[in-house]
Amino acid sequence: MYFLRRLAYMIPLLLIISAVTFLLVHLAPGGPFDKEHAPASPQIKHNLEAKYHLDEPIWKQYLRYVGNLAHGDFGPSLKYRDHSVTDIVRQALPVSMLLGWLAFGFAMGVGLPVGFITALRRGRWQDHIGSILTLLAVCIPGLVVAPILVLVFTIKWRLLPVALWESPFHGILPTVALGLYFAGKIARLFREGMLNTMQMEFVTAARAKGLGENSLLLRHAVRLAVLPVVSYSGPMLADLMTGSFVIEMIFQIPGLGGFFINSALNHDYTMTVGLAVLYATLLIVLNLLVDVAYMMLDPRVKYE
Amino acid sequence: MRHDPPADVTIINYSEPQSLDPAIVTAQPDMRTVAGMFEGLTRPDPRTGRAIPGLAERWDVSPDGRIYTFHLRTNLVWSTGDPIRAEDVVYSLVRTLAPATASDYAGQLFCVKNAQAFNAGKTNAEAVGVAALDPFTVRVELNNPTVFFLDVCAMPLAAVVPRRSIEKFGDSWIAATPLPVSGAYELGVWRVNDKVRLKKNPRYWDAANTQSDTIDLLPIVSASSALNLYLRGQVDIVWDKELVPNELLDVLLKRPDFHTYSYLGTYFLRLNVTRKPFDDPRVRKALALAIDKQRIVNRVTRGGEQPASSFVPADTANYTSPEGLGYDPQRARQLLAEAGFPGGKNFPRMEYMFNAAAGGGRIHEEIAIELQQMWRDTLGVDIELRQLEMQVYLTEQDQLHYDLSRSSWIGDYNDANTFLNMFVTGDGNNRTGWSNARYDELIRKANSITDVQAREKLFQEAETILIHDELPIIPIFFYEGINYFDTNKIAGVYNNVVDLHPLNTIRKIHSANANGKNPPVAEFTNHESRITNY
Repeated sequence: MYFLRRLAYMIPLLLIISAVTFLLVHLAPGGPFDKEHAPASPQIKHNLEAKYHLDEPIWKQYLRYVGNLAHGDFGPSLKYRDHSVTDIVRQALPVSMLLGWLAFGFAMGVGLPVGFITALRRGRWQDHIGSILTLLAVCIPGLVVAPILVLVFTIKWRLLPVALWESPFHGILPTVALGLYFAGKIARLFREGMLNTMQMEFVTAARAKGLGENSLLLRHAVRLAVLPVVSYSGPMLADLMTGSFVIEMIFQIPGLGGFFINSALNHDYTMTVGLAVLYATLLIVLNLLVDVAYMMLDPRVKYE
Repeated sequence: MRHDPPADVTIINYSEPQSLDPAIVTAQPDMRTVAGMFEGLTRPDPRTGRAIPGLAERWDVSPDGRIYTFHLRTNLVWSTGDPIRAEDVVYSLVRTLAPATASDYAGQLFCVKNAQAFNAGKTNAEAVGVAALDPFTVRVELNNPTVFFLDVCAMPLAAVVPRRSIEKFGDSWIAATPLPVSGAYELGVWRVNDKVRLKKNPRYWDAANTQSDTIDLLPIVSASSALNLYLRGQVDIVWDKELVPNELLDVLLKRPDFHTYSYLGTYFLRLNVTRKPFDDPRVRKALALAIDKQRIVNRVTRGGEQPASSFVPADTANYTSPEGLGYDPQRARQLLAEAGFPGGKNFPRMEYMFNAAAGGGRIHEEIAIELQQMWRDTLGVDIELRQLEMQVYLTEQDQLHYDLSRSSWIGDYNDANTFLNMFVTGDGNNRTGWSNARYDELIRKANSITDVQAREKLFQEAETILIHDELPIIPIFFYEGINYFDTNKIAGVYNNVVDLHPLNTIRKIHSANANGKNPPVAEFTNHESRITNY
């Protein structure tokens, strides 16, 4: 029941988000059809605006937009005129999602063990080294990490391809560059989670009852310690799956990330609003899934 | 991840195509791609860029220069095998003009009788001066004799497009399969932000001379990625100036595989003459005379650009520009004093507006800083800098919400008209508020005659008003193109003043020799370009 209600809330929420974005992009100065090379007559620009209904009052444009949205139609792109927004998302989203999942896997695969070890060896040299590394991972942005990776692995050592999205080898550097920040974040969250859990009463009680340390850690403590990581995973996945402007630009990956920035700069109204709606939907759904995971992991959590 | 077998030639083409519809394309990279797929009555000569016979094998021009009769080749077919006939040509030209097509460049065809009225919805398609006399003859009636009309016919907007596909699939016809093309290449693959792959159209009338079977055009806007891919040998040609990392320009231009060439483009400033004190030509001249243009090309652009004293570039066909204003600080100060601002005293706060350079470069900003410095040092005038994002900058310029504005213009065809016509009163590209009856009259007259020398005289008189007497604009430098490819490995890329590089002549040298399909190229001398070492 609770989850159905949450899903039902989604619709008004998305309506509000689309309305606000729609209004904001239209209010911004400059239009999608302004060019250095102006058309020979004002009539030409008028033809363009008429074709995309930009000559109508804004409320009418919005109603038209929402009407199309109800049919799953995000409208035509104003910048990429041979494509609809849906068409571009259909091409670019799978690429970003694949890279996003790879980076997610990398972040979990590196972050969880590092967090686990630094927590168990708290205060020892493993903890110090691990903490410094995770701090660096969190602090150095992809904008810096990616070119360094390119420089070292492709120019200097010639081990991996420079850029493009062709073979599995092409995926390695972007995965690392994109996932590194999240790996650091997860390691830190998981370390905290483990430390907090290990101090809880039920852990002491279990120890007193003679439960083996391995079984205690892996079967009981981890389940609770991982909760901060789980709640962080929702927004993180939404971020990862919609692509990164910087990483896609540096590695020439045909994903969705670039469109988030460029559609706004280009005043590609339909694209900007469409992406906002898409991102919001992903965020809401993933947060819902996070709540489900919570319920499964932590027996104390019940949703009414 | 989809890995296609490698193409014969791989080119980094700068930005992702905004469209591949010939009627809609406006960006240079898009035109380079589209021109390979769709051809019109004429096409650009790969070496000179001037119009040569395309789908039309010859044409007659009436003595008054207003009526063109084109004779189509009789062996023309779409890539799908259906014949291409005069009706298709008429359909395509009318389609570009149709209001519903919403073509940005429809204005290029306004020289055709009733074209502008039709585009404005004031008359019907039948009234447009384009007609099929028989299946192989197209008659075009113009408003005035238009000496560059054949060059317009070679532009994508006049290319022949498949009516049945367009009527069936509407705005998404380019993505539909099969896509009938009239040019040398079919669209093999188009993945957004990934690649455009073109494959040879065996049914193209000149297919025997198409040099490569497949060509990949990669949409890459990052200069460092482009350079890395090139240096690793993953791409053969990089052909956009934005794809040369500015920091490395001095080093790279010394390499034999980096080629610079001048093309018809001018970097200039617009002055808003509706605002005081820019309504006074003496002030405008003073600002111009205070600019050391040589310093700007030496210190900022560094690609071999020539300082500009005229607006029409030096290499324009059948035209030599009059001398404009040079660098003369003494006279600049004198003029400013005469205008009532001795030593810059009481000069109001004015702003210089510019946009962020494409590809994240800082070139416009650096030029702005140089200009600011020169005006301050020479004239004692303080100009504030105001950087705007592209779309906002364009709107502000269009609505005359600026004092001074960075500008540039790339010629659409090789004729002085593409530069001078924009400053007639009220033209959408004037954007200075400037109006001069004599200028308008001269341009109008020049465009009503065909005599080359008389036309040149009229244009020269007009340009003298523009860049010597009145100065609503200040020319800074002429653009210089840069591309990079190894001439020992790639043949058929010719650098010309209109920056057009038809795809069908391009090939890799070793692969051609290996299978003996093409004779080896005897020479790669490029008369239009200068392969310079700085």
